[in-house]
Amino acid sequence: MPDETFEPKIVGFCCNWCSYRAADLAGTARIKYAPNVRILRVMCSGRVDPSFVLKALASGADGVLVAGCHPGECHYISQNYKAMRRYHMLKHTLAGLGVEPDRVRLVWASAAEGQQFADAVDKLVEDVRRLGPLRWPANWTEDGHRREAIAGMAKEHEEAMEVLP
Amino acid sequence: MKRISIDPITRLEGHGKIDIFLDEAGEVANAYLQIPELRGFEKFCVGRPAEEMPNLTARICGVCPEAHHMAATKALDALFGVEPPTTAKKLRELFYSIFYATDHTTHFYALGGPDFVVGPDAPPAERNILGVIKKVGMDVAGKVLKMRRDGHALIKMIGGRAVHPNWGLPGGVSKGIDETQRLEIEARGREAVEFAQFSLKVFDSLVLANTGYVELITGDVFVHRTYNMGMVDAQNRTNFYDGKIRVTGPTGKEHAKYDCAQYREFVAERVEPWTYLKFPYLRKIGWKGLVDGEDSGVYKATPLSRCNVADGMATPLAQAEYQRMYATLGGKPIHHTLATHWARLVELLYAAERWVELAADPAITGKEYRTLPSRTPTEGVGCVEAPRGTLTHHYATDERGILTRVNLIVGTTNNNAPISMSVKKAAQALIHKGQVREGLLNRVEMAFRAYDPCFGCATHSLPGQTPLEVTLRGPDGTPIARLSQNV
Amino acid sequence: MSQAATQPAKTKGTLAIYWAASCGGCEIALLQIDAKILDVAGAFDIVLWPCATDGKVRDVEKMADGSIDLCFFNGGVRTSEQEYMAQLLRRKAKVLVAFGSCACEGCIPGLANLNDRRSIFDTVYKEGSATAPENPKDVRPQPETQMPEGTLHLPVFYDTLKTLDQTVAVDYYLPGCPPEAERIWAAIEAILAGKLPPRGSTLGLATTVCDECKRKRNEKKIKKFYRTWQIIPDEETCLLEQGLICCGIATRAGCGALCPQVNSPCIGCHGPNEGVEDYGARLASAVASVIDSSDPDEIERIIDEGIPDPVGTFYRFSLAGSLLRRKSKKAVGNGVGK
Repeated sequence: MPDETFEPKIVGFCCNWCSYRAADLAGTARIKYAPNVRILRVMCSGRVDPSFVLKALASGADGVLVAGCHPGECHYISQNYKAMRRYHMLKHTLAGLGVEPDRVRLVWASAAEGQQFADAVDKLVEDVRRLGPLRWPANWTEDGHRREAIAGMAKEHEEAMEVLP
Repeated sequence: MKRISIDPITRLEGHGKIDIFLDEAGEVANAYLQIPELRGFEKFCVGRPAEEMPNLTARICGVCPEAHHMAATKALDALFGVEPPTTAKKLRELFYSIFYATDHTTHFYALGGPDFVVGPDAPPAERNILGVIKKVGMDVAGKVLKMRRDGHALIKMIGGRAVHPNWGLPGGVSKGIDETQRLEIEARGREAVEFAQFSLKVFDSLVLANTGYVELITGDVFVHRTYNMGMVDAQNRTNFYDGKIRVTGPTGKEHAKYDCAQYREFVAERVEPWTYLKFPYLRKIGWKGLVDGEDSGVYKATPLSRCNVADGMATPLAQAEYQRMYATLGGKPIHHTLATHWARLVELLYAAERWVELAADPAITGKEYRTLPSRTPTEGVGCVEAPRGTLTHHYATDERGILTRVNLIVGTTNNNAPISMSVKKAAQALIHKGQVREGLLNRVEMAFRAYDPCFGCATHSLPGQTPLEVTLRGPDGTPIARLSQNV
Repeated sequence: MSQAATQPAKTKGTLAIYWAASCGGCEIALLQIDAKILDVAGAFDIVLWPCATDGKVRDVEKMADGSIDLCFFNGGVRTSEQEYMAQLLRRKAKVLVAFGSCACEGCIPGLANLNDRRSIFDTVYKEGSATAPENPKDVRPQPETQMPEGTLHLPVFYDTLKTLDQTVAVDYYLPGCPPEAERIWAAIEAILAGKLPPRGSTLGLATTVCDECKRKRNEKKIKKFYRTWQIIPDEETCLLEQGLICCGIATRAGCGALCPQVNSPCIGCHGPNEGVEDYGARLASAVASVIDSSDPDEIERIIDEGIPDPVGTFYRFSLAGSLLRRKSKKAVGNGVGK
C-alpha cells in the first residue's frame, strides 16, 4: 500500500566525470526534481563496490542509485562496463535476499544530461515510494521471550545443579 | 519436586541436558533428556543446487561429515539417475571404511571409553582423553594418536580435507588415487587392523577383566529390549556403505528388510514439546510411549543393533570377534546397552579389514571415477550407515536441480527414544533417598554415551510426511518400478 | 602427561572451549594438532569442553569474572541458551576467540537466515501433518512445558542466527570451516608466547587462496559458468577459468588450497580476506569481473543459467556476518526473489 507521506531516503553514487556533472547541471539549470537522493561523488561508477550498496541499505536507505557515464564514454575507458556486470550480479543476489528489484538502479547520464538525470531520480523516488520504507535493520530484531529466557537461565542452574561430589 | 540438572551432558557430539525429578522420598519420579538445539537444514537447503548437499550436509556434523557427505552423494546418484563407475564406488567405500575406523577410535578412546579406562567415579577432571593418556601411558596413547592421525591424513589425501571433505559428486567422485597413494593406504590399513585387534585386547583387559564393569554391562540397569535396525548386504552381513535396511525384533525375528527408498513406509516420527529432537518409531508397530517390547515401535540403530540384525561380519577377523562377543554375552540379540562399546570395536576391526581389502584391489587406481549425469534430476534417496545409526538423505528438485524438498533421517535421531529410556532407567536405578552424587550422575550419562550420540546430527532436522514418488531405474537407466505414497 | 618431566612446574592458565550452533568440526579440528594437544593440556587446565571433558556450566558460573584466561568459542548464536553462554563466557574470559567460521561469520547454519523460526518449525514439525496422523495437533517445541513432575524449559529459538561479535565483544577471530591444524597451532603458539596482534584482529593469512593454489592461471574470460556435475575439469588449469565458480579469489588463504587439489572448486570456508567487510559482495564482484560480455542481455543470461542460487553461492558461509545478515523477513516464504 503506497504511503503518501513516506519520503524515501535514497543514497546515490555519481561518477565525477559524467553523472555528478549532470546533477550539477540540473542544479544550475534550476530543474526541479525530488530531493530524496543523498549524492556521494566517486571518481568512476566502476569504483562502486557492491558492498557500498549493501551498506547503504543496511544503514537504513530505502533505495540506492548508481550513476555513470554511458557505455563507451567512460573517462577510464571501460570501467563502467565493470559496474554494469557487478550491478547485474548484485541485482540477482538482492532478489535472493528479498530486496525488491526497483530499489537499486543503475543509470547512465552524461555531463550534458541534467534533465535526464533529474527524470531518472524522480522515477526512482516514485518507485521506491510505492514500495514503502525498507527499514532493513528491523529484520534483525527478535520477538519472543528472549530476554526472560536468558535471565532465567542462571537462576535455573543455581536451583538445579548443586550436587554432592 | 526437587530437580537435578545435568547441563550440559558431555563427551558426545551435540547439546543436551538431563532433568531428573525426585519425589518426597528422594526417589526418581522421572528423568527427561532434552535436546536444546536445532538448526533447520531441511528448510534452508531448499532453494540450493542439489550438488551442494555433500558439502552443506557435512556441516550437520563435524565428527561424522563423511557420513553425510556419502549419503548425500548417493542421494545425488539417485536424483540424477546416474550410475558411478565401479572405481568410484570402490573408492567411496574405501574412503568410508577409513572414516569408520577413525571415528570409532575417537569414540572409544575420547568420548565413551574414559568412563571405563579411568572409571565412572574418577574425578571429572580425569574422565577424558587426557586422563586416558595419563592412565594408559604414552606407548598406548601414541597408538591412538597415530590411528587418528593416519586416518585423518588419508581422508584428507582422498577427499581433500581432514574435516569436511569436498569430493562427492553425482555419478562419482572428484578425484581418484594413484599407485603411490594406494600403497600408503594399504600399509596404513594393515596397521589399522593391528590397532583394532589391540583395542579389543584393551577392552578385554580393562573392561571384561573387571568384575565391576562386567556387572555394569550385563546387569539390569542398562538394558532395553527393543527392535534393532541396520544396513546389510545381500548375504545379510553388515555393510556401512550400501545394502538394504533390516529391522529385527526383541527376540531377533525379522520385522522388515527394505530398500532405503521405501523408508517412509517403515519409519514415522513423533514430536514432543519439551525437546527439539523428534522420536522416530516403527510405523507398523506404532508409538506406545517410551517403553520396551515387541509391541512398542521404539527401535535402536547402533553398532550393537547392526550386529544384532546382521547374520555376521563380512571379514574373517571381525567375524571371529563377532562370534566371541555373542558367545560371551549369551547369544543374539544382545540388549545390554553398554555392550555397544564392544560392538563398536568389532566394527572397528571390520572397517579396518574392509579398508585393506579395498585398498588391495587393483581396480581402485582406475582413471574412470566420474560419469557425467545426462538425465533431468527429479527425486532421489541415498542411505549409508553412519557410525551412530542408519542415515537417510532424500532430495527432490526442479528440472534445474534446485532443491524443492529435503528429508533427512539422521543416525542418532533413530535413537532418541531408546536414549531417553536408558537415561530414565539408569537414573531411577542409581539415585535413591535423594542421594545425588556426582559419580552417580556420570553413570546416568554413561547410559547415553554408549550410543555415541551425535545430537548435532540429530537436530539438523526435519522429516515430515511428504508426498513421495520414487522411480527405480535399472543399470541402463530404464525405469523398472515406481513407488509412491501420499501422492 | 608431558615427556619432559624434569621441567619445573609452571602455573597453568585456564582454557574454556565451548560450542554453540555448531557441528563439532572445530572440536575435531582442535584434535588435529595431534600430539600438541598435550602441550595445550600442559599449559592450560581445561575448565569447560563439553565434547571431550566433564566440566559443567555451573562450574563456570561460579568462577570469578575474568578468571578464565582463554576461551575458544565456536558455533553461531541462534538460541537464548547460546546467547546466555556467549555472555557468560565473555564475562568470565580474559581473551575470547571466535573460533571457526560459525562464530566468525555464521557459516552454513547461517543460511537459515533465509528463513525464520516459523517457516523452519513448519517444515520440521508440522509439514505433512495434513496428510500424516503423526502430528495432528501440530505439537511443536515450546520454551516451557508443564509435566507432571515440574516445568521443562527449552531455549528460545531465534529468527536470525547471529555471529559471536553480533552478540558480545570478540577479541580475536580464527576463520575456517574448520580452521586448519597449522593455523590453530600458530594461534595457540602466539597466545602462549604473548605475541598477539591488536585486539579485534583475525589470526590468519592476509591473502587469498589463489596464492596457495598451484593451478596454472591465464586470463579469465567466461562466457558460461558450469555446475560441478556438468564438466570434468582438467587438473592443471585454474578452475574459475574453466567456468566453475571457485571462490578462492575472494577467500582468505590458510588451508593450502586443498579443495582444488582434489579437483573441487573452493567453496569459501575461510571467509573474507583481510579488510573485506562483506564476503559475498566481494565474491559477487570478482565473479562478475570475469564475465566476458558487455551486453546486458547476454550478461543476464550467463548469470541466470550458470548461477541459479546467487545467495547460496556467494554467501554460503558468510550470510549471518554479511552487511544485510539475512533475507528480508517480509520476503520469507512468499516467493519474492528466488
